[in-house]
Amino acid sequence: MYGKGLRALSLATFAALTATFALVFFYAPLDADQGFIQKIFYVHVPVAIVTLCAYVLGGIFAALHLKTHDRRWDLRSYVVIHIALIFNIIGLLTGAIWAKASWGHWWVWDEPTLVSFLIVFLLFATYQPLRFSIEDPERQARYAAVFAVMAGAFVPLNFAAVRAATATVHPRTFGTTEGGLPSQMAWVFVVAIVAIALLFALMCCYEIAAKQTRWQLRALRRRLLGSDAVAPLGRSAAPALGEPERRTRSGGTTSRNPAEAAS
Amino acid sequence: MSALAAVFAAAPALPLDEAGKYVAGAFVAFVGVIVIYVAIMAVRLQRMSRELTELHRAVEAREQGEAARAAAPEAAQR
Repeated sequence: MYGKGLRALSLATFAALTATFALVFFYAPLDADQGFIQKIFYVHVPVAIVTLCAYVLGGIFAALHLKTHDRRWDLRSYVVIHIALIFNIIGLLTGAIWAKASWGHWWVWDEPTLVSFLIVFLLFATYQPLRFSIEDPERQARYAAVFAVMAGAFVPLNFAAVRAATATVHPRTFGTTEGGLPSQMAWVFVVAIVAIALLFALMCCYEIAAKQTRWQLRALRRRLLGSDAVAPLGRSAAPALGEPERRTRSGGTTSRNPAEAAS
Repeated sequence: MSALAAVFAAAPALPLDEAGKYVAGAFVAFVGVIVIYVAIMAVRLQRMSRELTELHRAVEAREQGEAARAAAPEAAQR
């Protein structure tokens, strides 16, 4: 019931990723300056773009949660930021590998693009501990939403500041002064961005479906076997869904609205 | 399988010199992180599947108990 459309999305993602890999290695021309190393860009750049867009999306979902007080927006914001952090790690890893191949160093501290991407990662890495530190689910959702809105607004500002920086050795993939990408490369880049965006959407959908199914199972168990049969909820960074129970200070749970939990 | 071999045979050779290991490393890092995520999801799915089986058993036991309780007064009346 929650996994509606997951099969179609999975197939589309698989097809798009396969097409991307095939195009990257067998269609896109070799870069005259960087040669074969430039192939890393077809993964690294789309992952970085999707990551930054996802952080902004997480902020938008959080703003919608603050506006509507609907828990589903909090869940979406949480999941989008959670998956974006995974993509951020991929971006940092692939970037470091490219830097080692191209510059001879895994990391260069005086390069604004790299350091700003790391700062964004570290900023959003505090999102989960922030949620975990707040016991009450409603306060947790509200405070996390405020953080996600502020951090989400920081991302485009940070990006603009880095673009405005003059002293940079990091290549500009979609640069205008250098004339941009040749059409064949640009086309493969677009396919790669679509494939990575599909992968991101797929992972978010899986995560949301898994979380909702887990909560429904919990509610069903309580209805069938009683509250004693359900293990205490304890502290968690993940959003509480459907308000079936309240986390207690001792780590146990108290039932709040069993009828609502079953819905 | 033969079709895949034909595709590889027709594909142009890749210049896998010094850069090959770095490009392979980047793509392996990408796929590796995704595979780790899928493995974590599989573990969670297994846990949920176990819980669902347990709930099915509980429902069956409850239904059998109710059937036995309903049959008991009828037997006493006879």
